[in-house]
Amino acid sequence: MPPKAHGKGSACFFAGMMETDVCIVGAGPVGLFAVFELGLLRLKAHVMDTLPVVGGQLAEIYPRKPIYDIPGYPSILAGDLVDRLMEQIAPFHPSFGLGQKVRGLEAVEGGRWLVSSENGDQVLAGAVVIAGGLGCFEPRKPDLVGLEALEGRGVTYMIRDPQAFRGRKVVLAGGGDSALDWTLQLVDVAEELTLVHRSSAFRGAPESAARVQALADSGRLRLLTSTSLLSLQANGEGWLEAVLVQTQGQETLSLVADDLIPLYGLTPQLGPIADWGLALDASAIQVNTETYQTSVPGIFAIGDINTYPGKLKLILSGFHEAALMAHGAYRYIHGGAKPSFKYTTVTGVKGL
Amino acid sequence: MQVVHLTVTDVSGTTQDLVFPTGMGLSLMEALKGAGYPIEAVCGGMALCATCRVDWVEGAVSDPTEAELDMLDTLPDFHPSSRLGCQIRLESLADGKATIRLNPSKT
Repeated sequence: MPPKAHGKGSACFFAGMMETDVCIVGAGPVGLFAVFELGLLRLKAHVMDTLPVVGGQLAEIYPRKPIYDIPGYPSILAGDLVDRLMEQIAPFHPSFGLGQKVRGLEAVEGGRWLVSSENGDQVLAGAVVIAGGLGCFEPRKPDLVGLEALEGRGVTYMIRDPQAFRGRKVVLAGGGDSALDWTLQLVDVAEELTLVHRSSAFRGAPESAARVQALADSGRLRLLTSTSLLSLQANGEGWLEAVLVQTQGQETLSLVADDLIPLYGLTPQLGPIADWGLALDASAIQVNTETYQTSVPGIFAIGDINTYPGKLKLILSGFHEAALMAHGAYRYIHGGAKPSFKYTTVTGVKGL
Repeated sequence: MQVVHLTVTDVSGTTQDLVFPTGMGLSLMEALKGAGYPIEAVCGGMALCATCRVDWVEGAVSDPTEAELDMLDTLPDFHPSSRLGCQIRLESLADGKATIRLNPSKT
């Protein structure tokens, strides 16, 4: 029995627990087009994305850049392509869970799947399609021995509440805007603040850099430029105690520290999907090229996040993969029954 | 056919001399990936992941763009000879040759 599509015509932006035919993880161009291909086969989709908006890389990284290899469009702005895709899938009334980082995937009875997000939302789906693109952007970590053992024990990559650092000895590392901004935020909060930057100059906002320099000159913080992180020292209870740094002159300094906050930007990672038990190749998900199913039946992967012999990371390829995936997902959900294939030119597009 | 000659040392320290055609708009990252080096190039050439980073040993090359410098500058272990392979066109190697060392950023 196929799962029953839930809430036809229901509110577009859904939070809580829901049921759908197919849960698509990733609202980039390929995830969006998958809604269309699934819709043609009368499968309803729910689309989740970490970002608060649809479009993925196109919206977040290069909305104003033209794309030249979309068939039929000699040139189209990335943001415009997203708008067109939204228009194209509108008849199928997908629901969206945006600003939600997908965390867990659990097999439930009847071959169905329960997808959960970090904020506790749950989606019960007949099949899952991972259209995760680059994955999610996670903090870039410095290459230091014992770093991971000290995460949450003095080493942190995110500052949620500056007040948590009140009265503490804090070492910030990095030279970008976020390192400068947090330095300015924490200077009045921390008992002792050090900013360690590998280069001699800052590429971040010049006015922030100037303010940091002025605070350093007046002795409000310690600024160590041309200095890199060397190693970490933990106390007997396994908490961070000191950060050892090396200056350009090869001098080693030991900085007593309650907290080390490395701010080296973000880097694309598979994130929690890496723990879903899918066969991976480097940081991409292996699929077969008949249905774009992963090593786990019922879980599909399309677009930049998958890999197979001859893979090209093109939006164009992702669209093709979406079409074949939809037929594969239909067969999975309908216990092997093949969908009938129809041209939209013949039948038109019937909404859901 | 115009070509460039590259002397490439991989992370294990093995050095190879390679020849690549120019005129196809290939980036250094694409050329090295095509030659079988296990470069992840997660971001596909948008100067976002630094998995294609190389250390430039020798050879005239175009200056890094602001986007490339911004990326390199965020890396915890950047040094002045670092470049992103995806941001270097083979055509930009003015002498038609270069010596590089692969130094992918850990993701």
